[in-house]
Amino acid sequence: MTWLAILVAAAGCYLLKLTGLSVPPQVLERPVVSRVADLIPVALLAGLVAVQVFTTGPDLVLDARAAALAVAVVLLLLRAPFLVVVFGAALVAALLRLL
Amino acid sequence: MTASAPKPEDRRRIVRDSLGVGIATGTYGVSFGAVAVGSGLDVLQTCALSLLMFTGASQFALVGVLASGGAPLSGALTALLLGTRNTLYGLRLAPLLGWTGRRRLAAAHVLIDESTAMAVTRTTREGARTGFLTTGISIFVLWNLFTLVGAVAGTAMGDPRTYGLDAAVGAAFLALLWPRLRERRNLVVGLLAALVALGVVPVTAAGVPVLVAGGVALLAGLLLRERAGA
Repeated sequence: MTWLAILVAAAGCYLLKLTGLSVPPQVLERPVVSRVADLIPVALLAGLVAVQVFTTGPDLVLDARAAALAVAVVLLLLRAPFLVVVFGAALVAALLRLL
Repeated sequence: MTASAPKPEDRRRIVRDSLGVGIATGTYGVSFGAVAVGSGLDVLQTCALSLLMFTGASQFALVGVLASGGAPLSGALTALLLGTRNTLYGLRLAPLLGWTGRRRLAAAHVLIDESTAMAVTRTTREGARTGFLTTGISIFVLWNLFTLVGAVAGTAMGDPRTYGLDAAVGAAFLALLWPRLRERRNLVVGLLAALVALGVVPVTAAGVPVLVAGGVALLAGLLLRERAGA
């Protein structure tokens, strides 16, 4: 199942890229369509952050991951590079779990 | 005024800037590799994602949904929804790059956030193509290389929780989202989406909350009025 998901999603993502390069712009460039398409990544990424950080299975939880996210916010405000943000957050979670 | 035909030094500058972006972006493939094996994928599956899907946010989304126990197909669906933005990039770039046939088929694979960003601001076709290809290809090579490094290292390290790699996923998503949050509308939609996702977590199967969060974008896009000059 995992392989199927990988291959289907990979093929789909390629076709989405190719469609953009191939379709006449006016077909998709309607205000509503471009607005929704613009907002979808924002909503999905925000949803992913929330689920990834504040849940375990069906439960809402507050643990080391929340502290790591707070550190990530601070690092982003300081304009730290992507890798520093990601591994900085991981480091904080790892250290908190050692306590 | 800028000249319409790029001079040699312009080309060199475009290549240099693009390589800078390529190196900075490509190396964070190491975090994807580590996170993916931490989420339960094997090294081969992890590398297949970087080779075949090659669009970072979608890759992170697929492994993120799997990590939270979601069904593979809801992971795939989330990845596809995130991939729709590449369609919009393509629409904007198509007239600028002007490729057809086999070249277009090849170019499509490296059509991602960064290659778009380094091409879309150019004033000439040659400049746009140079920026697009230099960025796209350098990221493709490095991203795949560093995915392998991260996946192998992640496998060797054992339980990813010990190293906080599960917490790294949330930080990675936030970092990808961050530049968009400067816009107030996006901030509101993002917060709403996060709350809605958390709200449905206790009552839906894993993987579904993120898709429901995507629904917030649909609703907001339909309800928001077009702003003047937007």
